[in-house]
Amino acid sequence: MSTQVPKQTDESSENATDAETTVPSKGDARREEKRRRAAERREERQAEEAERAAAAEDTVELKVFRYDPEVEGKQEPRFDTFHVPFEKGMTVLDALMYSRDTYDSSLTFRHSCRQAICGSDAMFVNGTQHLACKTQISELSEPIRVEPLPHAEVTKDLVVDMEHFYDQMHAVEPYFQTNELPDGELDEQRQTRENREKVKMSTRCIWCAACMSSCNIAAGDNEYLGPAAINKAYRFAMDEREGEEIKQKRLEIIEQEHGVWRCQTQFSCTVVCPKDIPLTEHIQELKREAVKSNLKFW
Amino acid sequence: MYEHDVIVVGAGGAGLRAAIAAQEAGADVAMVTKLHPVRSHTGAAEGGINAALRDGDSWEDHAYDTMKGSDYLGDAPAVEALCKESPEEVITLEHWGMPFSREEDGRVSQRPFGGLSFPRTTYAGAETGHQMLHTMYEQVVKRGIQVYDEWHVMDLAVSDEEDPSERTCHGVVAYDIQSGEISGFRATGGVILATGGMGQVFDHTTNAVANTGDGVAMAYRAGVPMEDMEFIQFHPTTLPSTGVLISEGVRGEGGILYNAEGERFMFEHGYANNDGELASRDVVSRAELTEVNEGRGIEDEYVHLDMRHLGEERIIDRLENILHLAEDFEGADGLTEPMPVKPGQHYAMGGIETDEHGATCIDGLYAAGECACASVHGANRLGGNALPELIVFGKRAGYHAAGKDLGEAEIPTGKTGDYEVADYEFEVELGEVAGSDPAAADGGAVATDGDAVLSATVERQREFVETLMAREGRNHAEIRSRVQRTMTDNVNVFRAEPGLKEALVDLREAREAYQDVAVSDPSRTFNTDLIHTMETRNVLDIAEALTMGALARNEFRGAHWRQENQIRDDENWLKHTLVSWNDGEPELWYKPTILEGENKTYEPKVRSY
Repeated sequence: MSTQVPKQTDESSENATDAETTVPSKGDARREEKRRRAAERREERQAEEAERAAAAEDTVELKVFRYDPEVEGKQEPRFDTFHVPFEKGMTVLDALMYSRDTYDSSLTFRHSCRQAICGSDAMFVNGTQHLACKTQISELSEPIRVEPLPHAEVTKDLVVDMEHFYDQMHAVEPYFQTNELPDGELDEQRQTRENREKVKMSTRCIWCAACMSSCNIAAGDNEYLGPAAINKAYRFAMDEREGEEIKQKRLEIIEQEHGVWRCQTQFSCTVVCPKDIPLTEHIQELKREAVKSNLKFW
Repeated sequence: MYEHDVIVVGAGGAGLRAAIAAQEAGADVAMVTKLHPVRSHTGAAEGGINAALRDGDSWEDHAYDTMKGSDYLGDAPAVEALCKESPEEVITLEHWGMPFSREEDGRVSQRPFGGLSFPRTTYAGAETGHQMLHTMYEQVVKRGIQVYDEWHVMDLAVSDEEDPSERTCHGVVAYDIQSGEISGFRATGGVILATGGMGQVFDHTTNAVANTGDGVAMAYRAGVPMEDMEFIQFHPTTLPSTGVLISEGVRGEGGILYNAEGERFMFEHGYANNDGELASRDVVSRAELTEVNEGRGIEDEYVHLDMRHLGEERIIDRLENILHLAEDFEGADGLTEPMPVKPGQHYAMGGIETDEHGATCIDGLYAAGECACASVHGANRLGGNALPELIVFGKRAGYHAAGKDLGEAEIPTGKTGDYEVADYEFEVELGEVAGSDPAAADGGAVATDGDAVLSATVERQREFVETLMAREGRNHAEIRSRVQRTMTDNVNVFRAEPGLKEALVDLREAREAYQDVAVSDPSRTFNTDLIHTMETRNVLDIAEALTMGALARNEFRGAHWRQENQIRDDENWLKHTLVSWNDGEPELWYKPTILEGENKTYEPKVRSY
């Protein structure tokens, strides 16, 4: 497994909350005691849970990756088992929320909209990148193994550090540019329906990072822009409102050393994209555009 | 401590627009947001943006429609600002590259929407909110506006003069979810709250898990009144297990609602003999719940929305995304079985009281978007009017906070002008539980200097977190679900006096239980247990104020229905509800609605379509 847990930092970083606050040592002792009790409670809870699961008829078994850099017992990654009563329509996210609210409130994962539009809850479920909120439990084999996105540093439990992904997204000048706005303040730029249709799928990206996590090239080359960022570049390069001059600039960006030519068309990004964006095709099309435009200058 | 001219709290549509405007007006602006901007719930909006762009349409017609839809609880200066400025704002989005749907001639498309006299809803497929959110975030990246993402704002740093209207907001205190750091953010110009909806007050909602009304609750505790909180829009077709919205399009195409006995109840039980399934949202929601309450619901919970008779071809052609939604989120195959649906909380018309510039009664404190109430939606929001509110009032608040002169506001804020204190005796104790609130126990911290007010607020919040982390006690999830359950049981689509009173009793118990709340996750790293615990306090404050307003308002107006008086009662109730925290002893009061527009007065008419 390629889940990346950061190297342990030394004790002093734990109180990095704020150097100016003097936390009384009594407080530290109290928290230490609380941590110990929390560990005890967790064991009790797991015992209870096993009993409950044995008694219940229709439950699903989840094995969830756990890690916390500063909590004893979680510094070494482990898997916790949760038994959740199954209901028709239940998603992986529902099962995680149930586990957290019923058994262990420290179980940590990002989630917000619950409808596959905020892109917060991409994770590695039974060995594939999925959005937890749109993955039906009934379609998975048990026990369901839930892990953080591979090829990203784990912050805690199922939460990964997204900074690198955001940096790559920001690296392609991800904003509309044009030199030709209409004069009238209330005049819109014209765009054909065909052109709008052409960029439509590319604009559906929700920045969930499932594609980046699935990509072998991105795993080996940290500077590779990755499928999502290249798709963002495609979204603008193909938008006729930007004009030829800006398109040239965009092609230069995606043609750089860690750009489109790195893609080896393995289609893993396309397979995992929860919004069905044809990412590999978009990357291929940009390669063709780049070649065409280079030929023009010969 | 961090320092900027303008701090925007929340980074959805309103927050992003506010930040862009403030920067355009020359301010050093930063956004502090508990979610990364692209995670915001603006992205879930499907329908569109109402804007009078075309020949034959006018802002005056849009304003008339909005006023009528609001059941005359909108304030004309805000409604007219919305309708006048929406066209320019939509074109600005287009100039920023937003991928709108297009007409044959290449211009942006518009479509008809409920309650509109002209097809003026500008849209980008069924994902208008997503496109708008991403387009504005792109501008924020382009302009290099600083975003502190995954920083949860805990409290506002506001001075504590006796009269809230004399107070000043100097900044915010925020918690870095990643590291556990608690810091002050000094805002020398202003703080703009753009924290969105508060659907988590109910247990079944189309809103995101993050929509806990943080901004509304913070402003409330700082002294700004909550306005018209009892007006909540419920959507009749949401999936039972998640609250995911099934678009009105299904009924528009001919989808039929059935009860457990297979009856087409909209007709067979006489709820809407003319319009049937296409009656307005509130009518259909009440019909569905009546069926369930009278024992004709499926699993005592929901009804069926059936589109199988439309045929596979038509369904795939026009409603394909519905098939995906039902399958992904409910495990139902809309081609072979009816889809389960029930009403769900969808939108809060009320919020932080502001004027038409987004300013509150506290100096330096602004609000825009769903968390604010200017009011443009009054008692009922029209489809397609939420998104223009974000951009029009986001921009206005951003400009104003950055010092741009927008002229004198016409809408009064705070207890000024013509107001009346409610003559209603609540039988339950309300507000703060005696002697236990760290945020209020400021022990005479009468600092007036901005930095000092901020440091004092930071200290209080640090202590609060230490207390929550150190003590043993109840889990917030148990308290939150008690609040959500009683709100859905008693303050839902149907509201009657006994239920509303019961809700206030339950909320009191939940508030008392919250005194023993504790965080069991000992970690400083990404402690969502702690974040949810802080949010639950906000949910409690909002639920209580909302229920107070609903109990006192004994009439049926817009989205608010009362069993005891099922008519709109203009003689007694053509007025805004306000609830002030009043330093822990909530007070209910009213102010007149402003029906005098720039060129005309909007005379209340029957809201019939």
